[in-house]
Amino acid sequence: MRARAAIVGVADDASPTGELERSGRDLEVAMVAAALEDAGLTRDDVDGVCHTSSSMRLAEALGIHPTFTDSTNTGGSSFEVHAEHAAAAIAAGLCEVVVGVYASTPRSDRRAGRTRRRPERDPDDPIVEWELPYGLRLPMAPYAMAASRHMATFGTTSEQLAEIAVSTRRWASMNPRARYRDPITVDDVLASPYECEPLHRLDCCLVTDGAGAFVMTSAERARDLAKPPVYVLGAATCHDHSMISQMPDLTTTPGRVSGSRAFAMAGLGPADVDLLMGYDSFTITALLHLEDLGFCAKGEGGPFVEGGRTAPGGSLPMNTNGGGLSYTHPGMYGMFLIVEAVRQLRGACGERQLPEPQVAVAHGSGMVLSCMSTLVLGTQATV
Amino acid sequence: MNGAVTPGSRLEPGVGQGAEPFWEATRTRTLVLPWCTACDQPFFYPRPFCPRCLGRTIQWQPAAGTGVVYAFTVEHRAEVDPFAGGEPFVVALVELAEGVRMLSNVVGCPPGQVRVDLPVAVCWEPLSDGRHLPQFTPVVAGVPS
Repeated sequence: MRARAAIVGVADDASPTGELERSGRDLEVAMVAAALEDAGLTRDDVDGVCHTSSSMRLAEALGIHPTFTDSTNTGGSSFEVHAEHAAAAIAAGLCEVVVGVYASTPRSDRRAGRTRRRPERDPDDPIVEWELPYGLRLPMAPYAMAASRHMATFGTTSEQLAEIAVSTRRWASMNPRARYRDPITVDDVLASPYECEPLHRLDCCLVTDGAGAFVMTSAERARDLAKPPVYVLGAATCHDHSMISQMPDLTTTPGRVSGSRAFAMAGLGPADVDLLMGYDSFTITALLHLEDLGFCAKGEGGPFVEGGRTAPGGSLPMNTNGGGLSYTHPGMYGMFLIVEAVRQLRGACGERQLPEPQVAVAHGSGMVLSCMSTLVLGTQATV
Repeated sequence: MNGAVTPGSRLEPGVGQGAEPFWEATRTRTLVLPWCTACDQPFFYPRPFCPRCLGRTIQWQPAAGTGVVYAFTVEHRAEVDPFAGGEPFVVALVELAEGVRMLSNVVGCPPGQVRVDLPVAVCWEPLSDGRHLPQFTPVVAGVPS
């Protein structure tokens, strides 16, 4: 599967106001059209669709009759999973051009009175019997518990977690569409109110409108398109629980499995990575990715992020768009990891552009540290 | 049915498949665990089969009712508040002496006193239908505080 498929078109939308004008299918289709235009392809080229709730309704809206369809929903990592499945399907010859799309507008929905009530929970979901009666606040509380365990086991500090928010904000300062661009300090993070202790408000991702799409095709077809192809060098997914009480070890995510498998497929390792796009729903989430993907040893994530190592000028640029912490986070953020990784590898990121990156990792995290999905992406030079 | 969520109000758990003995025992404030006879190990949450071997021979045994805090959070703003305005409160994963982990609350002490590895013992919060919700409270020298 290595380098048999490439991402050839991307689009995303977000605003410093946190709100977008379009919503719903209208916004999704605008993203699909923008990503296809970016690729130099048209709707008629599409024969595969990915969507987190209904790839069938999406295809119907687009007026297409795909031969590959994927409605997988693993929470925020869904889009990495979609890309993995799409790459496999393209390599297997099931289809040739796949689009994946996401749009969510929680912020403007709330303001416009289009308040979508939190979807009814399936009454047969064990979480309703075994976790929610205790007041478990989702999604914060499970991540806060993971942070508490990491702190107790490895001595990780709130200051170290705050470093991640500070470094990410520095990247956001160079993204004109980021929700928050003003610099913050470790003290600012620690002074922000607790949401779920030990996580402060500034340890938590935003709630904003946002949307994005990607287009993937075969390596053969990718060569003749509008933009430099970004190849899928490795892809893997793993989940080891659904609800937090079933997570085997709160300091180790299934990203250890997805990461090592994706790197093995790519024939690369952490030392080869020029950019990590690591899902930052919370500061602790990003810290766990650094350990589980092998950028540092288990338990050493705290010292690793000190001194701005993931900030502009640091040795491991992470979340150069400003992340879910400062750029945008509409609910399921994984799409934006892919879009930024592709743009960086194309050299199209303007002020925040890294110097000629060749390898980027987009690492999605879904539900409550439940489902991790890792994409290793590379330029033509890595193929 | 495992229950129904009513945002902003106390949520009372339902009784899911295979969990009847667990909830019945709570009527007499007794904590029981399902053991797989083939694996000779307990599991949690209760279900009609063993999550290790899928075996269906389950034996219910009383638990010691003691454990330690494995991980916790102090919630400062809750969506479903089990204590009707009692924020902040502690949500914790408790590792029972039998080795299984369950989500619960740590009550009976200021939130600031809770830490990982704190020894705790079960205590019971009445539910509206005569069952009880197992919660935990710190123990001092083996005795609930």
